[in-house]
Amino acid sequence: MHHPKSWLGVLGALVPIVLGLSVMFGAVSLSLSEIVAVLSGRATDQTAVTILIQIRLPRVLLAALVGGALGLCGAVMQGLFRNPLADPYLLGIASGATAGAAVVIALHLDIYWGAVPLGAFVGGVLAVAIVYRIAQTRWAQLDNYALILSGVALAALFSAITSFLLFYSGASHDARRLIFWILGGLGGAQWVYVFGLLSVLIIAGMVLMLFARDLNALALGEEMAAHLGIEPRHLRRILLIAVTALTAVAVAVSGTIGFVGLIVPHILRLIVGPDHRMLLPASALGGAILLTLCDTLARTVLAPAELPIGIITALLGAPFFLFLLRRRAQLGALL
Amino acid sequence: MIRLESVQLGYSGRLVLRDLDLEIAPGEVLGLVGPNGSGKTTLLRAISGRLAPEAGAIYLDCRRLNELSPRELARELAALEQEISCSFDFTVREIVELGRLPHRERWQRLSQKDSDVITRALKLTKTLEFSERKIHSLSSGERQRVWIALALAQEPKVLLLDEPTAHLDLNYQLEIMELIRSLAQRDLTVLVSLHDLNLALRYADKVAVLHEGRIVALGRPQEVLTEDLIEKVFKARVKIFRDGERGFYVGVVPKPKPAEYAAQGVDRWS
Repeated sequence: MHHPKSWLGVLGALVPIVLGLSVMFGAVSLSLSEIVAVLSGRATDQTAVTILIQIRLPRVLLAALVGGALGLCGAVMQGLFRNPLADPYLLGIASGATAGAAVVIALHLDIYWGAVPLGAFVGGVLAVAIVYRIAQTRWAQLDNYALILSGVALAALFSAITSFLLFYSGASHDARRLIFWILGGLGGAQWVYVFGLLSVLIIAGMVLMLFARDLNALALGEEMAAHLGIEPRHLRRILLIAVTALTAVAVAVSGTIGFVGLIVPHILRLIVGPDHRMLLPASALGGAILLTLCDTLARTVLAPAELPIGIITALLGAPFFLFLLRRRAQLGALL
Repeated sequence: MIRLESVQLGYSGRLVLRDLDLEIAPGEVLGLVGPNGSGKTTLLRAISGRLAPEAGAIYLDCRRLNELSPRELARELAALEQEISCSFDFTVREIVELGRLPHRERWQRLSQKDSDVITRALKLTKTLEFSERKIHSLSSGERQRVWIALALAQEPKVLLLDEPTAHLDLNYQLEIMELIRSLAQRDLTVLVSLHDLNLALRYADKVAVLHEGRIVALGRPQEVLTEDLIEKVFKARVKIFRDGERGFYVGVVPKPKPAEYAAQGVDRWS
């Protein structure tokens, strides 16, 4: 199994299997025959229909889509910044989204449907837009260091806003709600989120795939990419717009789920190699598989209570990642 | 092939090189020499289209450089930076394949012609035998040949190289220069900056000497690189030897005393 394309096939086949298993397990387990009955409209048990259609299915699909979005965006950011530590939240999108959600919650606007996701989306996009503008004007050329440094600074600023709102609001109800949002989770899954994220993922995914080969050239540095006929600034603008839109929607519907966007591209780079034409789709599929599994655990380990998914992604992801790094280091190869 | 007409080069108004007039014929190897900071890299950046002249014009095959799109330019001219690093561990073939980017549309697969060009570039640079190996596992001499293979996959008419022999062992230096010569025989025009005057003497058809922001000498290396000129430009006393048929070489004459360092008024380091 040395050919990257066959790995894509394996990952593609794993996704429906993992989705199917994830649908079966939960606070109430559903058997395969029950699921088939509901999906084919022959179900007699109305509770099974409600659980599957209203709760389980949108949640499982949303987990897969969020994971896919984060995996894909992580791979793009690591390629764009030529840095294996980059992740989708590098330019402050997570802290911006959190601050946006905090504002909505502190102003008690969260009684309106969709207000928290909307606030988070606006906050996330706003953060990246500010970072981009600052990096552009402050340093004559928009270089990666300027972007990363302004991202770090702005993340601190937005975190301060969030902390202030938490502190000021005083109501423990608000604080709890916000902390729950920060930890991330797919408990709020709805069909409209699924279709919203799916459409953004398809559009952004197509754009990113079109520019995958340019990311390969960028691995040799911006000057070399330019010598190969690529306009690095143009490329960076397009990629950042696509990544920001996709990440902001993913964060808006699920909170800031960490680690997936960092480790998934790493693991898949070790498996399928660094060619972004393979790595991007593989990271999307890998992210979908990982987050679906993590969410299944989040729902079942302490059932009927739920664990915040961020705890599981970090608990599972960190040791596995370290194991891979260590094995890699023993082979004497770089990442 | 390449022509510069009263070109001024600089960064945000501060001129680095002025009054550049230069013409490079097809199939010629032009060596750029000059001390550190004399503007060799700046000149190469300008000819590669990455630095717009403050004044004057650069022509590639009778077309002004700024009339060409980056992609069009990349099909005519390949340029390699002095230090190239690859942030991910691609195989040699994957890297050389990047040279086909300016020739392919975004949705196009690798054509038979693309594969042929890639194989030819790998063969010419003797990198075919390790084309499936990862770039980070190669020695710097092997890696330098891979970068040249990448440039050749662009099928350029002009190749710009910025000190391709820097940090290489002696045998690799000669190997790279021999490769450059053999490419010039296949009608590739090469502009190469060199800090080693012996390599310039031996391998360049012409040299341009950069000093204090100008081209102070231009012509056949044996005629241009005289003991007096080298002393003036590099501030070092040299002697030029002639070795029969094999040509000329430069030897550095040791200074009588390292006086400048001795007379600093500091007796002991610690």
